[in-house]
Amino acid sequence: MTDSSDPHGPGSHGDLPPTLSSPDATLLDATALPSGLVFSPLHEVHVAAGAGFTDFAGWQMPVRYSSDLAEHHAVRTAAGIFDLSHMAELRVEGPEAAAFLDYALAGKLSAIAIGQAKYSLLLTPDAGIVDDLVVYRRGETDFLVVANAGNHAEALDGLRARTGGFAVTVTDESDDTALIAVQGPNARAIVKAAAGIRFADAAAAAPDAATHAAPDAATHPLDSLKYYWSVDAEYQGRGLFVARTGYTGEDGFELYVPVALAVPLWNDLVTAGEPLGLVPAGLASRDTLRLEAGMPLYGHELGLDTKPAQAGLGRVPNLAKGDFVGRAALESDAQPGSGADTVRVLVGLVGEGKRAARADYEIFGPATSGAGAGAADATTADTATSGTATSGTATSGIGTVTSGVLSPTLGFPIAMAYVDPAFAEPGSEVTIDIRGKRLTFRVTTLPFYRRKRD
Amino acid sequence: MTDFDQLNFTREHEWVRLEPAADGAAPSATIGITAYAADKLGDVVYVDLPDEGVEIADGSVVGEIESTKSVGELFAPVNGTILAKNSAVEDSPELVNSDPYGEGWLIRVAFTELPALLSYTEYQALLGDEEASH
Repeated sequence: MTDSSDPHGPGSHGDLPPTLSSPDATLLDATALPSGLVFSPLHEVHVAAGAGFTDFAGWQMPVRYSSDLAEHHAVRTAAGIFDLSHMAELRVEGPEAAAFLDYALAGKLSAIAIGQAKYSLLLTPDAGIVDDLVVYRRGETDFLVVANAGNHAEALDGLRARTGGFAVTVTDESDDTALIAVQGPNARAIVKAAAGIRFADAAAAAPDAATHAAPDAATHPLDSLKYYWSVDAEYQGRGLFVARTGYTGEDGFELYVPVALAVPLWNDLVTAGEPLGLVPAGLASRDTLRLEAGMPLYGHELGLDTKPAQAGLGRVPNLAKGDFVGRAALESDAQPGSGADTVRVLVGLVGEGKRAARADYEIFGPATSGAGAGAADATTADTATSGTATSGTATSGIGTVTSGVLSPTLGFPIAMAYVDPAFAEPGSEVTIDIRGKRLTFRVTTLPFYRRKRD
Repeated sequence: MTDFDQLNFTREHEWVRLEPAADGAAPSATIGITAYAADKLGDVVYVDLPDEGVEIADGSVVGEIESTKSVGELFAPVNGTILAKNSAVEDSPELVNSDPYGEGWLIRVAFTELPALLSYTEYQALLGDEEASH
């Protein structure tokens, strides 16, 4: 059986378990996997932990261990540990590394300090999004670019194609690098307590951090490490790169470790974390967590046909720096009359009840009086917002859902979607066709969930 | 413990249990999804079931079982009439995961004729084939 029956079609990433409701698939026939799957260096650990697996961009990765809802809640209330070894680590080094990244990417990477991280975009000349990525500055002339697994080749090729004239090398370190994320309110305490991790500043004070004699909290480098900053550490005598970054909407850390040490590091983190509520968490919970946090996912909210401003990422490109790939198109879009203000834009949507609007579902204007709760036509005239929305008839779509779920934390349906600008204002009502039933959703600001800062 | 020999199965990963018929009443069956199906779906968060009295046709979609990640369709395994739906599952969808053959049952149907269904052994063989094909 080769038909994956994925209703998202070949254009979407194979990043999530296929929807099971496709017409010619019964409940479970949609999980055929392509050949040539890649296994994480942590695969055996996941098998032993009882994980179910999914194909993510050719990688066989844990989708859940037992309950994706429990994993989601654990990250919100305690902590979860994720294997993200499928992500692509691209090293950019050389005297002109900073200048190169300023040209190759949308943001001004030369402006970040050593140790700092920055979210950025790799754009086409037309300002379409090739990938969204996180850039860490490891040194004056040394950067680590972390790209999506699904765009590994595109990001690597895209960067290398732009190196002409720059004294820089782009090295693919993905095969040598495992990535483990610890996310949640207890993440900091767990990474601090894990055996074998030594931080330069804390090494003298805590020769063995595995005991309860934890290093003085006030002096530990992780306590002063700010969000989107990183620090070099050591694990079993080898380099460990620890960043306070993540994709869950919680505090947390991402640990880049040599592949050979992935299993012991995972086990040391789990041992330190279990008393603090840490559970292994799969990609299913990662997706619901990032969606609550309003973070875009490439292949859903972002793509080659998406421009940064459409996706709410208008502040990522830096037009105050010099030339960069995509600049001319962005400047053209900024001209009056360019039409760039008429394209659909990314919004957050919230619904009532329990039925989620899912990716690819079509969005329509608000329910009209005829479809309402039996109100007479005349009484709705002054409240109907569709009076100014000429495209908001009942039959022509005004948008498409890109991601949606019944929010585990909030208890109501949330979705991200591209809609016509006329419907993009917070408070606007729209309807979504959910497998034949039109349900009302309301536009809201992102994120849906924001953690309480301590 | 579930006595699997008392259950029949469909290729759509549903189970069907014949209920003892009261004198003169039409035969009836209780229907749910298998543990394999529940496990593949992940945590079930929403269940939409047909109301009592609704006529259902063999093979048609009569309900939905929705997890955080996917939507599974409930297929009618027989021609018949809904005698009852499990309201407890609508209120607590997690019962489908925690007790798919017990408290996680979905609908009870009165029918006149039962189509060919799979035995437990045949269903296990089907699962083996599906896993092998992946």
